[in-house]
Amino acid sequence: MIQKSKAISIRIEGELVPTREGKTILQAAREAGKNIPTLCHMDGLHDVGACRLCIVEIGGAGRLAPACTTPVQEGLSVVINSPRLAAYRRMILELLLAERNHICAVCVANGHCELQSLAAQLGVSSVRFRYRYPAMPVDLSQEKYVMDHNRCILCSRCVRVCAEVEGAHVWDIMGRGIHSRVISEMDQPWAEAASCTRCGKCVQACPTGAMAEKGRAVEEMVKRTDAVAVAAARKGDRT
Amino acid sequence: MSLLDLDEGILALAKQADLVYSPLVDATEFPEGVDVTLVEGAVSSQEDAARLRTVRARSRVVAALGDCAVTANVPSMRNSIPVARLLQRIYVEGADCSPVIPSAGVPPLLPQARPPHEFIKVDVHLPGCPPQPKAILALLDDLLHGRIAKPSEIKFG
Repeated sequence: MIQKSKAISIRIEGELVPTREGKTILQAAREAGKNIPTLCHMDGLHDVGACRLCIVEIGGAGRLAPACTTPVQEGLSVVINSPRLAAYRRMILELLLAERNHICAVCVANGHCELQSLAAQLGVSSVRFRYRYPAMPVDLSQEKYVMDHNRCILCSRCVRVCAEVEGAHVWDIMGRGIHSRVISEMDQPWAEAASCTRCGKCVQACPTGAMAEKGRAVEEMVKRTDAVAVAAARKGDRT
Repeated sequence: MSLLDLDEGILALAKQADLVYSPLVDATEFPEGVDVTLVEGAVSSQEDAARLRTVRARSRVVAALGDCAVTANVPSMRNSIPVARLLQRIYVEGADCSPVIPSAGVPPLLPQARPPHEFIKVDVHLPGCPPQPKAILALLDDLLHGRIAKPSEIKFG
């Protein structure tokens, strides 16, 4: 018999929200129909708190915490939307847009991109930070897929889906800070990754046009993130 | 071209404003006392930068229209390549005839193509490649009524 964890409740902007011990604030909020913006979260994968879009204000002091990795506690009081949070979320998106080369006009994911949609949703119409325009590689070695580092936001969904759902663990993140980069195996071209099963889950998990199927033109790469959640559920992973 | 895409919306516009400088108008010098200037394109050459500064000095409101003017967009794809290497590759190695880097009457390129707001203060940005006609109309309506506000609908690309 599976024991259900203890039923507790938290308050989201004053409203009582029933939930269970072991859930995160993000889960509790979404299950109550309240949305918190995210980028690195993906149903079916363990949360890592990489993107910080989901930051919320906790308790009387309004301490900032990422909702996806913060567990609920009885009586916890949370604010999920405020002018301060909105300002920080916009800042995070602007930093992401300035970090690498995000050129929507010629991108396969134009119109189907989570970064693009979130920018529109949160009111980011320009970037106040100085654009870096770094020279980033494009890996075309793999027969079916493309890895374009210009469009990568280091969300690590590809890393996690390959490791947790497919079980191959082809991807990892190398380097620190601004020098971080998604790498395939020992920083080899994708085609040389012996563990890669060519399942394409990483491509479907990628929120932007960084990973895409070859043969797709501008605006043609539509991702099936629901397929990842289904695959994860079949594998028996618990979120 | 996006202005022409406004279709009949341009008629209402014509009643409220005079178009005093544009690629479609015969003025050679940017006039003084302009109320609103829509700037498009990234700043790619020294001439672009100089013209932009003149625009800012002579306009009350400057709006960045389109992704190139907001993010530098496609022109910025050359930014990690040194200009000398770029010109050599395009005009010499890539040329079928007369392999020479043009210079007569051609303004020198800046090391990188960057967005206008890095050179001047931009009052409002309208992303899009191109921005939707109704978004342009909404922006112009705001500006002509003295409202400087972020666009209500945002879509890059």
